[in-house]
Amino acid sequence: MISIKGYLAVFVALLALTALTTGVAFIDLGGIGNVAVALTIAVIKAVLVTLYFMHLRYSSRLTMVFAAAGIFWLGIMIALTLSDYLSRDWVSRVEAVVN
Amino acid sequence: MAEVPRAVAHHFDDFAQQHEASTLGMWAFLVTEIMFFGGMFLGYLIYRGSYPGAFAEASNHMDIILGTINTAVLIASSLTVVLSVHAAHEDKQKALLIFLALTVFLGLVFLGIKFTEYAHKFDEQLFPGMNFRYDGENPRHAAIFFSFYFAMTGLHALHMVIGIGIFLVLMVSAWRGRYSKHYFTPVEMSGLYWHFVDVVWIFLFPLFYLLGRHS
Repeated sequence: MISIKGYLAVFVALLALTALTTGVAFIDLGGIGNVAVALTIAVIKAVLVTLYFMHLRYSSRLTMVFAAAGIFWLGIMIALTLSDYLSRDWVSRVEAVVN
Repeated sequence: MAEVPRAVAHHFDDFAQQHEASTLGMWAFLVTEIMFFGGMFLGYLIYRGSYPGAFAEASNHMDIILGTINTAVLIASSLTVVLSVHAAHEDKQKALLIFLALTVFLGLVFLGIKFTEYAHKFDEQLFPGMNFRYDGENPRHAAIFFSFYFAMTGLHALHMVIGIGIFLVLMVSAWRGRYSKHYFTPVEMSGLYWHFVDVVWIFLFPLFYLLGRHS
């Protein structure tokens, strides 16, 4: 188990990251820069919550496998679906070149 | 009391085994919740990829200050949850009750802020439906954004309502002195649920409130 000090440190880090992500949102980073930063910060926050608040870091290996399986299948769902949506205009582009 | 009740069900060898079974069961449930919310996140991604301009423009109708405050409120509630688990672990009955009550309070603050946001959106006629009015370039695409907004934050708010109900039950049990350093599994498992709901919001916040702010 973590000490109260440890919990407070994670809490302060989460608040700081929240302030950071809101602040950065007002700066134009161009292209996908803003999305990349916002999602990176969100992932870091989620990892902090799961590892320390949900005690995943101190849980059994089997619990970690359960959690990883959830992320893994979510990844499959998103990756395979987007591979369809993001590649739909490839065919028309190829046709435009061929014709 | 002559003996401390260990509260180990007869089909478990000991407390550690029972606790491990509970933890795995809770995580299995949370995995189904990941997939449940994941489907909606995927739908959002597809439509945002299709109409990036309309989504960015529509997102500027979100109240970024209230959104940021609500994120901080939820993070604070996650802190009170871990502190309540910690208090149960240390056998501090009064602290346990206080932190459970604080969690319920912060949950209600979150829902209160969310409610004012919803009310404001209804006033501005941004709720998709017959009365939807939008001055931007692509009202039909903006309506998709607001549909996702209300569906996803609404589902999240429903989870908050359920979470508050669970923590009220925990408060009653804690009041009756059911939890001690020998048995605090319900507090910890309910905490896992609460943190999961917090993580969902951590992703909802940037996707709905922050995406068009810089332009």
